[in-house]
Amino acid sequence: MAVIDCNHVSIRYITGDFKSIGLKEYVMRKLTRNFKVKEFWADRDITFQLEKGDMLGIIGSNGAGKSTLLKAVTGIMLPAEGSVQTKGSIAALLELSSGFDDQMTVQENAYLRGAMLGYTREFMDQMYPEIIKFAELEDFQDYTFKQLSSGMKSRLAFSIACLVEPDILILDEVLSVGDGAFRRKSGDKMREILDSGITGILVSHIVGQVRELCNKILWLDHGKQIAFTDETDLYLDAYEEFLHTKKLPKNREDVLLLADAFHVRTAKERQEKEKKEMERLEQILEEGKKETAMDAAISIIRKNNPDLLDEDKVNEYLRGDSK
Amino acid sequence: MERIQKKQSKIIRTINRYYFLFQELVKRDFKQKYKRTVLGMFWSVLSPLLSLLVMKVVFSNFFGRNTPHYTIYLFAGNIVMSYYREATNSGMNSLYANRKILSKINIPKYLFLFSKNVSAFINFMLTIVVFFVFCIFDHIHFGIHMFALIYPIICVAMLSIGVGMILSALYIFFRDTQYLYSVFLMLLHYVSAIFYRVDSFSPKVQKLFLLNPVYVMIKYIRLVVIDGQIPSLAYHGLCAFYALFFLIIGFIIYKTQNHKFIFYM
Repeated sequence: MAVIDCNHVSIRYITGDFKSIGLKEYVMRKLTRNFKVKEFWADRDITFQLEKGDMLGIIGSNGAGKSTLLKAVTGIMLPAEGSVQTKGSIAALLELSSGFDDQMTVQENAYLRGAMLGYTREFMDQMYPEIIKFAELEDFQDYTFKQLSSGMKSRLAFSIACLVEPDILILDEVLSVGDGAFRRKSGDKMREILDSGITGILVSHIVGQVRELCNKILWLDHGKQIAFTDETDLYLDAYEEFLHTKKLPKNREDVLLLADAFHVRTAKERQEKEKKEMERLEQILEEGKKETAMDAAISIIRKNNPDLLDEDKVNEYLRGDSK
Repeated sequence: MERIQKKQSKIIRTINRYYFLFQELVKRDFKQKYKRTVLGMFWSVLSPLLSLLVMKVVFSNFFGRNTPHYTIYLFAGNIVMSYYREATNSGMNSLYANRKILSKINIPKYLFLFSKNVSAFINFMLTIVVFFVFCIFDHIHFGIHMFALIYPIICVAMLSIGVGMILSALYIFFRDTQYLYSVFLMLLHYVSAIFYRVDSFSPKVQKLFLLNPVYVMIKYIRLVVIDGQIPSLAYHGLCAFYALFFLIIGFIIYKTQNHKFIFYM
């Protein structure tokens, strides 16, 4: 059986103005039959299966229903239709630094967070020094959370979450934490966890990250499933082209076309970039000292179009130059 | 039968799994409450004493003359009422205050409510100790019958949890629950016979007082402490009925609405 089995999942939000109207107004509107709710489908008919060791990347622009789908996988939301079945323990690293208490110290918050993630006290006692060391907060253990910078908070959150050894790991935009050095460290740690053979879901707006880490892709757009596939490169290429042109593919041919367009576009862009770079260099040379410019010009022409050069004259020039 | 057993063992497993979290939550609630105050826990004892003092000064002349042990009479009403108020008020807030966590991590929501109730209960126990000290000064007879007090204490704790569950769910759906409930609490305070006696009302009206669960609990405590008698079996049944009634309604709401909370957080 698959580790995660999402079967025709649809998730419905109930919206309307009733959220802010309060009990008095609610009763009044019910009585006057003025009470209306709107439905909003955040996800519609999503189907995918993940086996052990799979890493799924969920892509899609804002409001595609990615985070909502994750909530259904973690069991926080119940799908209105369809079913989600998961096997094993789930750890979700969603939006790292919310849910800490400002009044409590680093240590107290670490224990509370560990407890929320389902660790035991013994496990926390054992791992706490390691957590603090990884978060680089050794000197701040007795500070209250109010006194920490936001970077420190997310570092701690990441370090606690990193120790999870779940069967399923869910990452929602969490791979970019802290400053450059810590980001590298956390990235390495995350890769190490993913390599250990757990099943994961990654939501990220950075296509490069998805490309690097995932072996399956789920593409959502406005709650609809565009694709679930293991042809990650093809579909990510198409996705990048979609981000550029905002044209959704309807079938596989469209995807191929989009991917091709992407290749053409990137090749063109690369060429243009190279050309620009060359022009820039040539300009520098032209404006630079005459001798070096001449030397460079000669070697460029030799490389690109040697027929233009009269070798004898060139040699004479070079000899005369060296005198 | 087997299914019930299975369900029970599932609940036990859940409790084991979340016991550590529950401890940490209680710790957090305690710290949130006392950390920033110099008086700290002492205040939670001092505050009912002060309100007791005020009531004693104000009402002694009106109601105190023909009420034996009037201080104890007042005190019993006061501590139960203030425990009920604190437990239900903080319970009402417990889900909404933790909405950020609850919308991210899948943990049982009632844990947050229970932990608030635990810290309110510990407060209640402290005031009970002070209450007994007052009883000694007021020459109350201490006997084996005092152990009966455990019963109404458990009942009022269950009642508070149940009402807290109902309120916390309502508060998620309707943000003005808070204001409506504070008005209701004031009303409850006046109809719970905290500073007056019900004897002066007609027997019919006296019966109406029994519709108020908080009054029922207060009366139990007064009967045991002041009159030195243990209430009838039927009265025990009434206490248990209120405690279980609200607790079960609370559980049903949590069970059926559990997955709807998230849309309103």
